[in-house]
Amino acid sequence: MSAQHPGRDAVVAKGWLRAHKWLLMRRSMQIGILAMFLVGPWFGWWIVKGNLAASRTLEVLPLTDPFVFLQMLAARHVPEMKAVIGVLIVLGFYLLVGGRVFCSWVCPMNVVTDAASWLRRRLGLKGGHAPHAATRYGVLVAVLMTTALTGVQVWEWVNPVSMLQRGLIFGFGLAWVIVVGVFVYDLMLAGRGWCAHLCPAGATYALLGRWSLWRVAANRRSACNDCMDCFAVCPEPQVIRPALKALGQQHPVILDSHCTNCGRCVDVCSQNVFRLGSRFNRSEQ
Amino acid sequence: MNVPAKPAANALRRRFLKDVAGAAGGACLLALGATVYARQARALPPLAIRPPGALAEEAFLGACIRCGLCVRDCPYGSLTLAALGDGVVSGTPYFTARDVPCEMCEDIPCVKACPTGALTHDLHDIRKARMGLAVLIDQENCLNFLGLRCDVCYRVCPVIDKAITLEKRHNPRSDRHALLIPTVHADACTGCGKCEKSCVLPEAAIKVLPTRLAQGASDPHYRRGWDEKAKAGGSLIGEQVQLPVRGLEETTVPGATP
Ligand code: SF4
Ligand code: SF4
Ligand code: SF4
Ligand code: SF4
Repeated sequence: MSAQHPGRDAVVAKGWLRAHKWLLMRRSMQIGILAMFLVGPWFGWWIVKGNLAASRTLEVLPLTDPFVFLQMLAARHVPEMKAVIGVLIVLGFYLLVGGRVFCSWVCPMNVVTDAASWLRRRLGLKGGHAPHAATRYGVLVAVLMTTALTGVQVWEWVNPVSMLQRGLIFGFGLAWVIVVGVFVYDLMLAGRGWCAHLCPAGATYALLGRWSLWRVAANRRSACNDCMDCFAVCPEPQVIRPALKALGQQHPVILDSHCTNCGRCVDVCSQNVFRLGSRFNRSEQ
Repeated sequence: MNVPAKPAANALRRRFLKDVAGAAGGACLLALGATVYARQARALPPLAIRPPGALAEEAFLGACIRCGLCVRDCPYGSLTLAALGDGVVSGTPYFTARDVPCEMCEDIPCVKACPTGALTHDLHDIRKARMGLAVLIDQENCLNFLGLRCDVCYRVCPVIDKAITLEKRHNPRSDRHALLIPTVHADACTGCGKCEKSCVLPEAAIKVLPTRLAQGASDPHYRRGWDEKAKAGGSLIGEQVQLPVRGLEETTVPGATP
């Protein structure tokens, strides 16, 4: 156990590869998705066109981002069918696997904030004060209200998440400044400040994830040796305690929709306390 | 039943309220900042032209989700997705006529690609597109205005003889030749920018501008006497007394040869 190097015990106990299994899978997924957008403009192999706001895969499958779609509706635009079908497919998918799966498996900002958080731990930085975790819902409401009032999608002028994913796929311009801003904010001013406290897209996806089937469970919680490594790496540490320590609930499944299903807790636990599985599997070992 | 809150719980609640108040304040500030910024950035720079079928700028900025599908499906690479710092609202599509104009595809793939209808799917005939309006902006350097026969902008126009015509004028410099003035007609010009792209001068004398910049507007209550007369099939105020013109017998018209 060590606040600066969480996961060391797990590497010793399980080997490096198994202690990074979910992390590696997530990074491959994030890079793979970007690559599918980029092989088109780079090599002329058109797999996916567009970007994470809306895309078309293999010329047939339309996808639309729910948060962007919501802003468009708030701006009082009535969309064409294609955007509607796209958003329904995406909604269905995330309702099933967990809304914030977008945050940890798809969104490229996750790599930036994970890096900031890793560096913050390494440097032992403690300073700053993160705003309340519910702030993101305030930002979400404020965004939708200003959009409705002005009739234009004001948030998209500054939205770091759109800027980053679009920058990677279509070219950055000065957008990297905003991304660096988020990195520095998370590093110096507020640990996990952006994704876990402010981001209104993450908030939207959290709302979507309430009923998802795919969940993390602390099904071997009796083996927990209180090393706290899972708390150190978890982007939303408050979600672990009810399941791990039986606080306010009896079963070991993490039902809080802010859990991103990143599986990092599974990786770093040397005692194999966690697993990813169905929300209905409440068995314990 | 009312259980008095413990001091610790009280402190917690105070901290929570403070946090929420701070958060709400922050969110409002953020929203305000974004709105001010948005208001400022709303005006499109004069040389950035929206793709065919784009809704009016305000509505477009509410509708376009900045996905770039129109950009990807344009076979000529005319469109660009604005990046932060380009002067155009970041993430929205535009083209610069002098770089790559719109080739006015018959099947309008950019419009078909748009999932939201920010490029309206009501546009079926590319000739009905109004991306902007061409203006012969520099009458001092345009070669046709100098009396030469360049005509390039006229020749390349996909809507030749409707969107742009050559109008004959007297050439006062030689006094025996004609000037063939390239003249754009707003009722047919699509704003594709082919003319601006092809202008042979180092800086184009004809430019496509957003219609708002290129065109004035007549007050709806104005009536043109000659139009009304034609409509009514005769003068509306009856025969007028024709007054004789006096005192002009001695005057020499300036410029006329005696
Ligand atoms: S509880 Fe585990 S899976 Fe959920 S966000 Fe935290 S580390 Fe990731
Ligand atoms: S009409 Fe054709 S050339 Fe013009 S912007 Fe659309 S796709 Fe590109
Ligand atoms: S396809 Fe439509 S929504 Fe997407 S960037 Fe182009 S205009 Fe905007
Ligand atoms: S922009 Fe120029 S080339 Fe295009 S339709 Fe208008 S006059 Fe013709």
